[in-house]
Amino acid sequence: MVASIQVSETPLVLYVLRRADDALILGHRLSEWCGHAPMLEEDMALANMGLDLLGQARELYSYAAKVEGNGNDEDKFAYLRDVRQCRNLLLMEQPNGDFARTMMRQFFYAAFADIYWRAMMTSSDATLAAIAAKSEKESAYHLRHSSEWIVRLGDGTAESHARAQAAIDDLWAFTGEMFAVDEAERALIDAGVAIDPASLKRQWLKTVSGVVNEATLSLPRNDWMQQGGRMGHHSEHLGHLLSELQSLQRIFPGATW
Amino acid sequence: MVTATPSDADLRRRAWDAAARVVDPEIPVLTIADLGVLREVDVSDGHVEVAITPTYSGCPAMNMIALEIELALEREGFAKPKIRTVLSPAWTTDWMSEDGRRKLRDYGIAPPQPASSRRALFGVQEVACPQCGSMNTELLSEFGSTSCKALWRCKACREPFDYFKCH
Repeated sequence: MVASIQVSETPLVLYVLRRADDALILGHRLSEWCGHAPMLEEDMALANMGLDLLGQARELYSYAAKVEGNGNDEDKFAYLRDVRQCRNLLLMEQPNGDFARTMMRQFFYAAFADIYWRAMMTSSDATLAAIAAKSEKESAYHLRHSSEWIVRLGDGTAESHARAQAAIDDLWAFTGEMFAVDEAERALIDAGVAIDPASLKRQWLKTVSGVVNEATLSLPRNDWMQQGGRMGHHSEHLGHLLSELQSLQRIFPGATW
Repeated sequence: MVTATPSDADLRRRAWDAAARVVDPEIPVLTIADLGVLREVDVSDGHVEVAITPTYSGCPAMNMIALEIELALEREGFAKPKIRTVLSPAWTTDWMSEDGRRKLRDYGIAPPQPASSRRALFGVQEVACPQCGSMNTELLSEFGSTSCKALWRCKACREPFDYFKCH
C-alpha cells in the first residue's frame, strides 16, 4: 500500500486544490450513477456532467502541481492524498441518496459554479482565468439541467415533492461553505487572483429561490451552516468514497492501462 | 547538384496541412481544422510544435487527437513533434467553419446555433431536423452520446438526432 504524498500548501496551491477537489469529488459521485440512473437519458447526462467535472479537476490539479513545483502531478493529487488532505466542500461528498437528493446537490452547486466561474474569468492569474472560461460554459448546462429537474420533481407527484423537499432540508446546511473565506484566500482576493464569493451570495440566492419557488418547494428558515471541508475536516462519507476512488493506485502504485 | 533546404515557412505549411487532416474520432466527418481545435503550428529549426484546444474540459477525444497528430506529422517526416494544449481563448462552437457545419448536417447531426442563445435558463431552443429540415422538433436530453451533443427528436419525420450543442 503506497503512502500519501506531502503537499506544500502555499495559499495559491491550497486555493487551486480546493476547487480541484470539489470537481473531482462531485464528479466521482455522479459517476456512481453510471448504469443506475432512472432512465437512459439521465444515465448519460449524469456521466456527462461527471466527465465535465473530471476535466476541470485535471486542469486544476495540473496547475496546482506546476505552482507547487514539487514533482507532484494530477494523478498523485487525486489518488495519493488522504481524507484530511482533501479540501472539497462538504456538499460534494454527500451521498447520492435518491435521484432528488443528487439533483438538489447538483443544483445548489451548479447555481454557484455558474456565477463563480464567470466571475473568475477576470482573475489576474491567466491560467485560472482560462480554466474559468471553459468551466463557465459547462456549468451553465449543469445549472439548466438540474433546474429543470428541481421544477419537475417539486411540482410533480406528492412523492417526488416530498423527496425534493427532504433533499433541500438535509443539504441546506452545507451550502454556506461555498461563500466562506479564510485568511489565505482573503490575501488572494485582495491580489485579484480570486474573487470574493460573498459577492455572489445574493445572485445565488436569487437563482436558487426562483427555481425552488417555481418548483412549489421552500427553503429552510434555519440558516445555521456546517463547515470544515476546506480545512480537511470531513464527514464519514469521504473516506468510503476515497477507498473506492484510490484503491487501485494505492495497491498497485503507478498502474496504467 | 544543389538540393534546396525547405524553409521553415514551407515546412510549416506542410505540417499544418498534415495536422489539419486529422479527424475527430467521435465525428469522423469533421477535421480538427473544421472544428477549430487546431490552433497553431510552429516550426523552428525543423522541429514542429502544434497547439490544440479542448472542446470540453473532460473531452476524452483529446488524447486520441494528440496521438493522431503526432502520427500524421511523423508520416510527413517530422521527427518528435510536440503537441501542446492551450486553454485560452476558450473554444467556442462559433469557430466551427461553414464547411464544417454543412458536413455535420449532411452526416445527420444538427449544427450548433450561435453561442449567445445558450444563456436563457429556461429559454426555448429551436433546432432544425438534419434529416428532413422540419422545425417541429423536441429536446429529449440535454446530454447526448458525447459531451458536445444533445439528443433531440423530430416530430415530423419521427427520427431521433444528435444536436451539436452551442458552447
